[in-house]
Amino acid sequence: MPADTADVVVVGAGVVGAATAWYAARSGRSVTVVDRGSVAGGTTGAGEGNILVSDKPPGAELDLARLSSALWRDLAVEVGGFEYDTKGGLVVASTPAGFDALVALAARQHAAGVETVVVPAGELAEHEPHLTPSLAGGVLYPGDAQVQPMLAAARLLRAARTKGARVRTGVEVTGFLRSGDRVTGVRTTAGDLPAGAVVNAAGTWGGEIASLAGVDVPVLPRRGFILVTEPLPRLVRHKVYAAEYVADVASDDADLQTSPVVEGTEAGPILIGASRERVGYDRTLSVRVLRALAAQAVALFPVLAGVQVIRAYRGFRPYCPDHLPVIGADPRAPGLFHACGHEGAGIGLAAATGRLIAQLVDGDRPELDVTPFRPERFA
Amino acid sequence: MSAAFEFDGRDIAFTEGQTVGAALVAAGVRSWRTTRREGRPRGVFCGIGICFDCLVTIDDVPNQRACLVPADADSIVRSQEGDGRGHLAV
Repeated sequence: MPADTADVVVVGAGVVGAATAWYAARSGRSVTVVDRGSVAGGTTGAGEGNILVSDKPPGAELDLARLSSALWRDLAVEVGGFEYDTKGGLVVASTPAGFDALVALAARQHAAGVETVVVPAGELAEHEPHLTPSLAGGVLYPGDAQVQPMLAAARLLRAARTKGARVRTGVEVTGFLRSGDRVTGVRTTAGDLPAGAVVNAAGTWGGEIASLAGVDVPVLPRRGFILVTEPLPRLVRHKVYAAEYVADVASDDADLQTSPVVEGTEAGPILIGASRERVGYDRTLSVRVLRALAAQAVALFPVLAGVQVIRAYRGFRPYCPDHLPVIGADPRAPGLFHACGHEGAGIGLAAATGRLIAQLVDGDRPELDVTPFRPERFA
Repeated sequence: MSAAFEFDGRDIAFTEGQTVGAALVAAGVRSWRTTRREGRPRGVFCGIGICFDCLVTIDDVPNQRACLVPADADSIVRSQEGDGRGHLAV
């Protein structure tokens, strides 16, 4: 191998790439991270920073989320500096039937190890004093947390660099180095980077990186908008969202879906989501969507009617047809690993994804079965 | 005869077309807001609507830019503490 060969080249300086770089560097691997843009300049910077267990029914993704939540708790101590907040999530239902369904889901999640507290309508105000009194009830998930996603990616990369990792932004991957079927590095706009393993952590653009290696990984964009209010005192204690959000996430409908997701931030502004629509990479600002988000947030928290929105941002959640991420070695291109397609849960799932990929690259048995996330499952 | 608006319980004179910020500065008022974290004084900085330093509460609506809002004799202007909505905190 050439002397400048890295053990691992990570494609993508978002939070998944950053977590992968951190865990691989910590286990003694030489790591180079490349990104055609900036740190957290794509999928990561367009998110809210959710680390949720509340929005996933029992199954492979919930197992991944539980592992990841525990790892984020460790990262907040080991790395830190990214506004990790164990605020908890409060999911609310507006109708008795919706509340029954929510309580039933919570019971199944509880059986799978998630901490849940059923909150009858009359007790909601104790948890969220500004919440509308016209709700049927809710479930509190103390395990939900939040980070500032761009800070999280930056801090993880900085920590990886203290272990010798290199971070090269403004460098675009244009192809792969091959030795027969085997992937032996990447071609970039700054020259060839030979590597023992290549990790595709390109988020929404993971499918394009995969196609450069001649393999199909169907990651597609789903557009989401977020409103940002003027700085406020703490009006909202938890991440508060409507039970319909869980159904929206799992939906296969191409049309617009919106459900209110409201939470405060350490800096003061309240973030208001969440919309989902399949419009390709169209970045056009949609007033219709922003209006729907604002109206739903005000319905949930009437106090917000008198608050100014100062900006909106949008991004593309990378989804796969079965709404599961792609995590693991690609048997069609040995040496290539995928860590992408996390839809709207990429910040939360980043820690576990990075840890599992680092274990796989090391040839170790991963601490969670990654079979449900295997890249070749779509064939 | 010049008009005046009420600011923290006293009258501030202004001429037609003057902004709230300009009238306050002309009356010798240099600051009318405190910062959110350290409570430091703020008044006009850029004077052209860009910097958001001169935020003030007008007719109970906080976070208005004093340098852009025309003075009005019917307005009640109050200096603003931090985000101006501390009473809503939970």
